[in-house]
Amino acid sequence: MKQPWRQPIRSWVLIGAVIGNFVGIFVLAGAGAFVARAADPIKIGFGMALTGGLSANGKPALLAMQIWKDDVNKKGGLLGRSVELVYYDDQTNPATVPGIYTKLLDVDKVDLITSGYGTNLIAPLMAIAMERKLTIMGMFGLANNEKYQYPNYFQIQPAGPDPQTSTAIGFFELAAKQNPRPQTVAIVGADAEYPQNALVGARDLIKKFGFKTVYDKTYPPTTVDYTPIVRAIKATNADIVFVASYPPDSVGMLRAAQEVGLQPKIFGGGMVGLQFTSVMTSMGPMLNGIVNYDFWAPEPTMLAFPGVKEFLKEYQLRAEKAGVDPLGYYLPPYSYALVQVLGQAVEATKSLDQQKLADYIRATEFSTIVGKVKFGKNGEWAKGRTLMVQYQKVQGTGIDQFRGPGKKVVLYPEELKSGNIIYPYSAAKN
Amino acid sequence: MVAGLLIGGFYAAVSLGIGLIFGLLDIANIAQPAFVVLGAYMAYVMNDSFGLDPILSGLLFTPVFYVLGAVVYRVYYASFERRGEESLRGLVFFFGLLFIIEVSLSLKFGVDYRLVQTAYTSKSIDLGGVGIAFRYLVPCVVGVAMTLALHLFLGRTFYGRAIMAVSQDRLALRLMGANPVQIKTIAFGVGIAAASLGGALLISIAPVIPSTDRDYIGRMFAITVLGGMGSIGGTLVAAVILGVAESLMATFFGPSWSLAVSFGILLVVLAVRPAGLFGR
Repeated sequence: MKQPWRQPIRSWVLIGAVIGNFVGIFVLAGAGAFVARAADPIKIGFGMALTGGLSANGKPALLAMQIWKDDVNKKGGLLGRSVELVYYDDQTNPATVPGIYTKLLDVDKVDLITSGYGTNLIAPLMAIAMERKLTIMGMFGLANNEKYQYPNYFQIQPAGPDPQTSTAIGFFELAAKQNPRPQTVAIVGADAEYPQNALVGARDLIKKFGFKTVYDKTYPPTTVDYTPIVRAIKATNADIVFVASYPPDSVGMLRAAQEVGLQPKIFGGGMVGLQFTSVMTSMGPMLNGIVNYDFWAPEPTMLAFPGVKEFLKEYQLRAEKAGVDPLGYYLPPYSYALVQVLGQAVEATKSLDQQKLADYIRATEFSTIVGKVKFGKNGEWAKGRTLMVQYQKVQGTGIDQFRGPGKKVVLYPEELKSGNIIYPYSAAKN
Repeated sequence: MVAGLLIGGFYAAVSLGIGLIFGLLDIANIAQPAFVVLGAYMAYVMNDSFGLDPILSGLLFTPVFYVLGAVVYRVYYASFERRGEESLRGLVFFFGLLFIIEVSLSLKFGVDYRLVQTAYTSKSIDLGGVGIAFRYLVPCVVGVAMTLALHLFLGRTFYGRAIMAVSQDRLALRLMGANPVQIKTIAFGVGIAAASLGGALLISIAPVIPSTDRDYIGRMFAITVLGGMGSIGGTLVAAVILGVAESLMATFFGPSWSLAVSFGILLVVLAVRPAGLFGR
């Protein structure tokens, strides 16, 4: 005989079992998802100049980041998850940047972003980063945050709180200390973002140090023949010649100076390209005497930073295969340091929360392969550290001479100084 | 002034191929500057590996570039010109070619700046108080020689005259028993062969990267248009005018005006003579 009260109990048991099963399945599925998420890599996304005008720096920068990724993954990754770099070629074209970062964020679902290489490629990223409240690490942008004042932007180039004068400050400070003191200055640069900024800074410093400007002109970046410019500068008989240029014009100006016989007391300043191995090995002794800005040189004072020797060894091992600058003494250490900062912030905060990361990066001094890094105003280095180096005793065009100290002597800042300036320029030529 | 004349000779050398292909054959080969850069890389390789002078390498590679040009034209003809689709699709074809060359160079040589030092780099002579850099003098001499050679080829040889004829009336040429496609293949090959030498001169003057071609596209087409479509001598004259204008502006009024004045000259000339200085 059926017991009427048993029917509802059986039904409830059945319903309970079904619900239990579902709950179990969801819990297990959830746990599975959790396990899967924990195993998912942390994705760092960015665009990078792998082709186009800035690719000579973009590719080495990427290689340095890949070395960091491999180093980190060997040690177990970040937060117990491996690290993956997701990147696209921005073709050195700022117009590609918004599309690349939208895809990275919306389709690839990256956890963190960094900028690609260079001022012009960072500019279009600023609006996206601000709109989405992202923490953004900038790679060698000059004064990108001046007008935005975005608090979550941090920049690895050691330009310091006043980026516009950072390229030239060491140059003019050194010039002012020389005996006999130079009096007149010629400044010249390309009509492009970086040289224009550098020239603005140079003009301020010329006023500050009391020099007299006798030539102040710009030229189109596509100029082929630099001899008319150098002749015009020579006609002014300037004591100091400050040049803000990109690689092709740096080479053009240097060769033209040689051909025209330009002999100021100090020559150089803000010439991009002279730091690249291919340019150094091609120009050879023509570099002697040039006093130029730089960020890294294989001098004892710079090699003392922990981890940098190991990084350079690995970089140089991989560089030939990657078809990039074989020495990597300009951008790569900083590119590595950029992701080092980001990784250290993730580990310290145990989080991928954009705001937590930004707050931590703003408040912390980081130990990196380029030394101690502390960010200050506008996300720039709290204290500027753009080097001023002089090429000395370069002989022939062999690459090996540039691997060790003595060819690119650090003159500025004082705490990293590795030698004395040869003054005037003509004395270093011989 | 002298610097302008010298740089004009160089501009002529890199623009002659465009003058022939765009000016005479009416094919908008926007990949021509990429071939010039390819020529520059070949000169770099020969200089780096064997210490060969870039101009000698440029000469050595002209047959290779000629064949390359002939193949490119045949593909272009079969894919577009034969079907009457040469205008827009042809342009896209050459754009594609430009990118392929650029990317191939990037993959093979990386993106570092490449430059060569020759025996005459950084040396100059003083002629009556005027310093002349060999780095510009040599390309100028080669540029003038190339112009002269091309001028003689077009005016004095059977194939040269046939190229002139195909640019004027393709149908008439066919009626005379000549094959216009064959003639255009030769002309295209010669135009691309000129890029080999142009590239060798380019790397003697300035460092190159795979994307250097983009800096020259505007200038090369401007010179061809200013000189007059189809006029090889006009290309040289236009190149010298632009070179001198750039040089004088750079010396006396500030270099930033150089390009503006050059293109201003182009606009004024086109307003007065729409066919260019020596165009028909």
